[in-house]
This record gives sequence, C-alpha cells and structure tokens, in this order.
Amino acid sequence: MKLTEKEYGVLAKKRSPNSRLYKTVPVAFAVGGAICVIGQFLTELYKSTGLDVSAAGTLTSVTLVFMSAVLTGFGLYDKLAKHAGAGTLVPITGFANAVVSPALEFKTEGYVLGVGAKIFIIAGPVIVYGLAASAFYGLLLFIFGQA
Amino acid sequence: MEYLWAFLTGGALCAIGQLLIDLTSLTPARILVTYVVSGVFLGAVGIYDPLVGFAGAGATVPLTGFGYLLAKGVREAVTADGLLGALTGGLEACAGGVTAAVLFALVVAILFNRGDKTAKIAG
Repeated sequence: MKLTEKEYGVLAKKRSPNSRLYKTVPVAFAVGGAICVIGQFLTELYKSTGLDVSAAGTLTSVTLVFMSAVLTGFGLYDKLAKHAGAGTLVPITGFANAVVSPALEFKTEGYVLGVGAKIFIIAGPVIVYGLAASAFYGLLLFIFGQA
Repeated sequence: MEYLWAFLTGGALCAIGQLLIDLTSLTPARILVTYVVSGVFLGAVGIYDPLVGFAGAGATVPLTGFGYLLAKGVREAVTADGLLGALTGGLEACAGGVTAAVLFALVVAILFNRGDKTAKIAG
C-alpha cells in the first residue's frame, strides 16, 4: 500500500495521542464532575444536620477520602482511574488514592519504611509545596496587609 | 442548579487536568502539585472565593480546592495571630482531610493485600 504524503499525514495524526483527546477529555469531565456532584450532595446533607459550611466541607472531604480508600482497597478505584484519567486524579478522591495505593503496594516492605514512608510518596510533595505556597502567602499578607 | 454548576466546574477542572496529561509529559504527582499551588494562588488573589460561591463542591472537591483551603486558612490565621498564622493556618485548615487520608490509608494497608482479587482480610 502506497501512501501519498498527505494521506500519511492524516494517518499519523489519527494515531497520535492528540486524537485520543476526543475520548479522554469528555470522560475525565464526566467522571470528575460526577464526583463533585457526590461532594455537593454530601455537603448539602451535612449542612441540613446543622453543621456550618466549613465543618460540612471538612466532613465532605473526609467522607470522599473514606470512600476512595475503601474502593482503592478493593482495587476498584484504580480500575475506574484507567478509564477516567484526570477525572479520578484531580478530585480529592484521587489524592486519597495516591495516599492509600502506595501504602498498600509497599506493605511487603514493612509498616515503617514500607507503609509509613510510602504513604507520603505523592501526598508529600503536594503537602510540601501547598504549605510552602500558603506560608509565603501568609508572609506577604503580614507585610503588605490584608487586601 | 447548584448541582449543575458543581458538575460543570468540577468537570472542567478535571478536563484541564486531562489535557495536561495528554498534551504534556506532566506526571500525575506533578499535576496534583500544580493544582494545589494554583489553588493557593487563585485563593490568594481572590478568584477562587466567588468560584466556590456558585460551584460549591465543584470548586472545593478538586485539588485546587485543597490549595484554596490552605490560602483561606492562612488568611484567617494571619488576621487573628499575625505572622504566626502564616505557619499555622494552612495545616489547621486541611487537618481533617489530611489526617483522614493518612489514617484510612493505614487501616486499608492493614486490612487489605495488594494483588488479591477478592481483597480478603489480612489478619
């Protein structure tokens, strides 16, 4: 089969990762959006019990983290993540998965340097740079005053 | 209506993450770090507050919301305690979520074994 340069270009473009975007991005959008809808439902539920917005938000995070931890334990979150990509990575459930998954995986290396250390393999950098950025912001606030 | 905005905003934040995965060579860890630091920045400049106002969990559940929470915690702590608040506000605000993640990870690691199809209790 002989291809002209133009046909080859079309074919190569079809096979390139960019053409997968039409599938991966909508799936990530739908799954991530759905996880946020669950979060919204939980927030409304906790607010209806009389909790203030901040406490309801924290409890929502804790609940989502718990659900993700259990699903990760059963290997189901990782199965979903294979299809959903960033849809399961970006929500806080993805952060929880990044904490639970290595803890489970490195169990064979013991509870101290296996589980205990690897829990922070991805959460560590997130916390390090998140806290550093927030402390820097606090310093700026202190020096230049509240906006 | 709140649910629709939660879906659209949360979905959009995840779609951006997917574009980063597909179009750049950013690893998941780098994307999470980028999201948290972006959230701190967007919270600091006051963009994220209104987003949380109309999108609710659509803005707080994605990791940018974690960064926003850090920024908000620091702002409140600096108002109350001055410079000390820059060091205490962030962790105070995210204490529940972080402790929950660590605790549940430990419990899951104790109870489950990786590779088991039927995830039996390890004992």
